[in-house]
Amino acid sequence: MAAVQEQELTGWRKWFAGIGDQCVFFTSFLRNIFTGGFEWSEFVRQCYEIGYRSMMLVGITSFIMGAVLILQLRPSLVSFGEESMLPTTLSVSLIREIGPVITALICSGKIASSIGAELGSMKVTEQIDAMEVSGANPLQYLVVTRILAVTCMVPLLTIIGDVIGLIGGFIALNITDSISYVLYFHKCVAAIDFSDFLPAFVKTIFFGFAIGFVGCYKGYNSNKGTESVGIAANSAVVTASLWVFVIDAIAVQITSILFYK
Amino acid sequence: MEAVKEHKAPAKSTKKEVVIAIKGLKKSFGKKEVLKDINLEVHAGENVVVLGKSGQGKSVTIQCIVGMLVPDGGSLKVFGDEVADMNAEELKHLRMKIGFLFQSGALYDSMTVRENLEFPLTRVLKLKDEHEIQERINEVLEGVGLLDAVDKLPSDLSGGMRKRIGLARTLIIKPEIMLYDEPTTGLDPITSREISELILSMQKKYKTTSIIITHDMECARITADRVVIMNDGKYIAEGTFETLHKSQDQIVKEFFKDIS
Repeated sequence: MAAVQEQELTGWRKWFAGIGDQCVFFTSFLRNIFTGGFEWSEFVRQCYEIGYRSMMLVGITSFIMGAVLILQLRPSLVSFGEESMLPTTLSVSLIREIGPVITALICSGKIASSIGAELGSMKVTEQIDAMEVSGANPLQYLVVTRILAVTCMVPLLTIIGDVIGLIGGFIALNITDSISYVLYFHKCVAAIDFSDFLPAFVKTIFFGFAIGFVGCYKGYNSNKGTESVGIAANSAVVTASLWVFVIDAIAVQITSILFYK
Repeated sequence: MEAVKEHKAPAKSTKKEVVIAIKGLKKSFGKKEVLKDINLEVHAGENVVVLGKSGQGKSVTIQCIVGMLVPDGGSLKVFGDEVADMNAEELKHLRMKIGFLFQSGALYDSMTVRENLEFPLTRVLKLKDEHEIQERINEVLEGVGLLDAVDKLPSDLSGGMRKRIGLARTLIIKPEIMLYDEPTTGLDPITSREISELILSMQKKYKTTSIIITHDMECARITADRVVIMNDGKYIAEGTFETLHKSQDQIVKEFFKDIS
């Protein structure tokens, strides 16, 4: 049951109440994964909505990002006589950092806002209340499926984005220079090892979870009123984007300790 | 304000089991005391209409009955069990016996009518037999006269149709108690009357006990076995529609002044 805001809290008390609410929401999410029936059909539908429908946006952005990076890096590397390092530099920077973070930020904007707005509007139109009073479990149907779908889809979107970014880099490189795709991709792949790919992949799982969780929390706990839908969507984007950077900062510290001593 | 007691309970339901028993119910939001001292008994098979001005807490009472809100004081028993003392599982079982029709209908707008009706059957009653599910859907849609709307989306339906589908979705789990939150608000007089008559016919068909929150006097006249009038967080009068119509109490007269 969603917490009913029965009295106005202000300042620190409101902040702590918010943290407490999020902890309760998180434990409810965990409990609902394992209790009752899992909503497989809704999970698959959400994977399609979240993953497939975001692919074009992630693809275009990653393509441009790869091409721009090559065009930006080229003058610097040429001045050192190291233009042969362009594929390697692009590959490492894209897979370690730029690909996951850019994909996560795009997903924060597209997915967190749409989940926040969708659940917020369901709250305003009493659809969530209707599920609750009928004895159904809206957390299981609406929240668990969405959070897990985003957690699964963001890593996949990142991998797709990375590949498209490398393709963008290849095309940009061939505008100014000439390099065969075999050599280009060989250099890209050779530059990447386990310690580059694994931490980047693991952090995208956390990015996905944060985006899904924030979107669902903001939407599910929005107030009743049409402006609350906008507030829920907006605050979902801002909070999810912030979490992406926080997780990234933590991830880089952990990766440095574990892999780059 | 002195309470007007036209009838303690309608004669036809005196021997029937008390399904909902509310004693001294209190509920505040911040400093605003919405429910001050609510006392009400609803008997099996009875239709009780709650009349009152907007913002008087009429909907708060029925939200307390389904456990959406927790009262600050008093006692609220449904089928003899105190709602505030129920754990999540007990509350879930109670809700399976109660149908709640929201003012807006609250249809799931991303689902078709069929999916809306399937939702409580598969998620609440955990039915798996496709044939039984289809039979129940057809039965309730036939009941509300919208059999041909089965594959439409809520956005393709009019306000009255949405209310009917909302009613069908509520009735599909065959609840023992029905709670209606302003079922005719926002509808034209003809559709309002149709919905009121539908509520009455569904109540007879499914033999439910009902509480109907409304401002609509025509709805109250059609559906009520007993009417209670709420003012300033308390029920100030109760009786049949006809007896309250003749009441000399100033507040009660205000409600009935446009009724011939």
